[in-house]
Amino acid sequence: MRRLPAVSYLTTIYLFFYIPIIVLIVYSFNKAQYSLVWHGFSMRWYQELFSDMDLWVAVGHSFVLGIFAATIAMCIGGLAAVCLYRYSFFGQKVLYGLVFILILSPDIVMGISLLILFSLLKISLGFWSLLLAHITFCIPFVVVTVYSRIVSFDQYIFEAAKDLGAKDTVIFTRIILPLLWPALLAGWLLSFTLSLDDVIISYFVAGPDFEILPLKIYSMVRLGVKPEINALCSITFLLTLVVIVLSQLIGRKKP
Amino acid sequence: MKHDSFFKQFSLSVIWFWLLLFALLPFGLVTIASFLSRNDAHLITFPFTLINYLQLNNSIYIKIFKESFYIAGICTAICLLLGYPFAYLIARMQSGFKNLLILLIIIPFWTSSLIRCYSMITILKPKGVINSILLWLGVIDKPLPLLFTDTSVMIGLVYNLLPFMILPLLTNIERLDDRLIDAARDLGANRLTTFRKIILPLTLPGILSGCILVFLPAMTIFYIPDLLGGSKSILLGNLIQNQFLIAENWPLGSAISVVFTLLLAILLLIYWRSTRSNQSRDFL
Amino acid sequence: MTANVIELRGVSKAIHDHQILFDINLEVRNGEFLTLLGPSGCGKTTLLRLISGFEAPTTGKIFINGKDVDGLPPHLRHVHTVFQSYALFPHMTVYENVAFGLRCQRLPKQEIEERVLEVLKIVKLEKYAKRKPEQLSGGQQQRVAIARAVVNRPLVLLLDEPLSSLDYRLRKTMQIELKQLQRKLDITFIFVTHDQEEALSMSDRVVVMHEGSIEQIGSPRQVYEKPQNLTVAQFIGEVNIFESEVIAINENKMTVNIQGKERIIKSSRPFTIGQKAHVLVRPEDLRVWDHSEVDDTNDMFEGTVEEVIYKGTTVDLMVRLSNNQLVAATEFFDEDDDRLEYAIGEQVWATWLSGWEVILPYET
Repeated sequence: MRRLPAVSYLTTIYLFFYIPIIVLIVYSFNKAQYSLVWHGFSMRWYQELFSDMDLWVAVGHSFVLGIFAATIAMCIGGLAAVCLYRYSFFGQKVLYGLVFILILSPDIVMGISLLILFSLLKISLGFWSLLLAHITFCIPFVVVTVYSRIVSFDQYIFEAAKDLGAKDTVIFTRIILPLLWPALLAGWLLSFTLSLDDVIISYFVAGPDFEILPLKIYSMVRLGVKPEINALCSITFLLTLVVIVLSQLIGRKKP
Repeated sequence: MKHDSFFKQFSLSVIWFWLLLFALLPFGLVTIASFLSRNDAHLITFPFTLINYLQLNNSIYIKIFKESFYIAGICTAICLLLGYPFAYLIARMQSGFKNLLILLIIIPFWTSSLIRCYSMITILKPKGVINSILLWLGVIDKPLPLLFTDTSVMIGLVYNLLPFMILPLLTNIERLDDRLIDAARDLGANRLTTFRKIILPLTLPGILSGCILVFLPAMTIFYIPDLLGGSKSILLGNLIQNQFLIAENWPLGSAISVVFTLLLAILLLIYWRSTRSNQSRDFL
Repeated sequence: MTANVIELRGVSKAIHDHQILFDINLEVRNGEFLTLLGPSGCGKTTLLRLISGFEAPTTGKIFINGKDVDGLPPHLRHVHTVFQSYALFPHMTVYENVAFGLRCQRLPKQEIEERVLEVLKIVKLEKYAKRKPEQLSGGQQQRVAIARAVVNRPLVLLLDEPLSSLDYRLRKTMQIELKQLQRKLDITFIFVTHDQEEALSMSDRVVVMHEGSIEQIGSPRQVYEKPQNLTVAQFIGEVNIFESEVIAINENKMTVNIQGKERIIKSSRPFTIGQKAHVLVRPEDLRVWDHSEVDDTNDMFEGTVEEVIYKGTTVDLMVRLSNNQLVAATEFFDEDDDRLEYAIGEQVWATWLSGWEVILPYET
């Protein structure tokens, strides 16, 4: 009885989070187009969704972009985390600060700054500008994920390896990678999701020839509510769910 | 060691190259651009000028700044008031459900913000859930204009950003040492005093993290005011977006960003100062 | 192989204006078990790291096997370190951990296998070769750490407080095991600890360190029975300190005045008449007699028993002397001997046998 206020408070907030999404999912199966009265179960909107070729092109583009961006960000971010932890070097504090600033930086500032950069370097807006932008904003998240894992290790195992004669490259391949791969993978998943969902930065650096999913959704939503979008959102939500569960499972794995 | 290993040199080169080129340089370019002008042929040209900053002194822009600040501030306050008890209850939970409950917060956190925004539209629009239920119950006889108001923008912002307040608070409160609370109670403090004097100061870093993670996006996410507030709503994010992509006044847009970034820097300084004493090896 | 496998000359270390080590001069003999002993912060771990190559000295030179190792990275110095936390690679088996150094040297597989199994046998872990570190106990993990270092046949093994995370019983067992291991392997061990009992029981020589300097180097017996200054005397074991003044000198015998009583003390150090000195007596050398047992109390000190602490094999007596100084006496408990039945508040006489004391010049 004493816990009732706490429990009801928590429940209310959880409902606040989930009811809109659940409504969305439910109505993606609603037969009627605009009414919110339940007209019966239907897969019609999913069918329309699947036959929308433009959309699938955008989905494909987003996936390709996400995979490349996540992979490269994972590599650079992983290296950065390892270097920050293991070495002291000129400008180390600056690097820490830069990663910190990048995470807190509002997307819009990053978006316009990259737009200016690309126009200066005469990089046309399209796949490449998107890729470079996505990699850049994913890197700090990988750094944080990997770094927090690496600090949990006994700091002396790297010294012990050095003591026993291992070169840095050997230490990286035979000690750091085997111990760190769950964190690297978690960083990859996080980057992939961030890339797939990014609206603001992509808005500024995307070009007309390479459509990506979030911008497509944005323009569809601005034009008005279409039940197709409900279906799309439901599927996307499901995908996110799968990714999260995956990353949680990986995060629990011991090397 | 006298010479650095190949691995170290290679890694550092890659990292510095990337971050200098794609993170530091662009920020520098924005600052420079804010001092430049535009003409019909080019989006940004010489000569250097202060005209963009002078233009900002206009009451329209100042009004937008103030309003963005105000709305972001209220949003942050609401998120704090809603989020702190929530995070506190979950962080201090002992039961096995805890991991599941945390997972249930992470899910909305990772779900595309756009989708969540859209789901709010579904709820608030004239034929949306709330109106439909109220109509059906007979409480009202025509739909309430819930969408395209300041309230809907606020609801949208809170809905989107609440997880950003909860998660840092959660991490921070979990680290709270129970024994400190026990010691305080043991020495005679009641619940309120314990909260005021022990729990609140110790969770301050988490509160500040959460506030920063909510306040900054609240000022600059442009699609939330756009979708939920319609054309009436212009906040800072919309303004910058507008200047860059519609009005094509890049220098002015840059100037707005620079001013905003300075405000950001001040906030970060406050945050950094207050957490300096908590030397942990994490990033945030 | 030079007689001194390691030599430090004029070595000092400062980090960011904070001086950690001052002018260290040390010769480590080949094959010995040397212990660096001192309280936390005295610089003993830093000294170890200078030898192993993880830090470089600010001034001075370090010689390993006669060669100046300035600038030489750790793995080329032929010394290996056993870390306090063992630092075993968690994702590798015991075998792989031990073989790691040999693999880095790219030795043939056959030779690696022979050497690893040989050393595992010495540390009695040959049956655990396929286990992972988390499956081993603390003592076993430590043996793996030692095996991993030793298989590379270093000239010197550096051990940084390896026993401090073990419980009391295990510590005692491991102390004996380590000593035996060192003899068997015939490798020089440099052992770092803050536990003086550990240092005394295991070492051939002890280096007593304090606030960045070496206070004394000697065998365990020497540092215990003949401490060269107050720091050493107080750090190793308990000691009672009597303030005294030299009143007469006769060759190497001196007469000193302690609290009004005269005692004759031998010293190899030169003193002058009128010089103040500290006379040190270990608790086990302090004798306590009750009034009925002694007649001639000319050179004894009167006091009252303040505390009686029974410790199983010994009884500690805290006696408050007439000048208000508190002294400690440790006596071996003998049930049949009722001389040790002291009561709190009882009047007693405290003294020691001549020759069991140490006299040092007065230090503040």
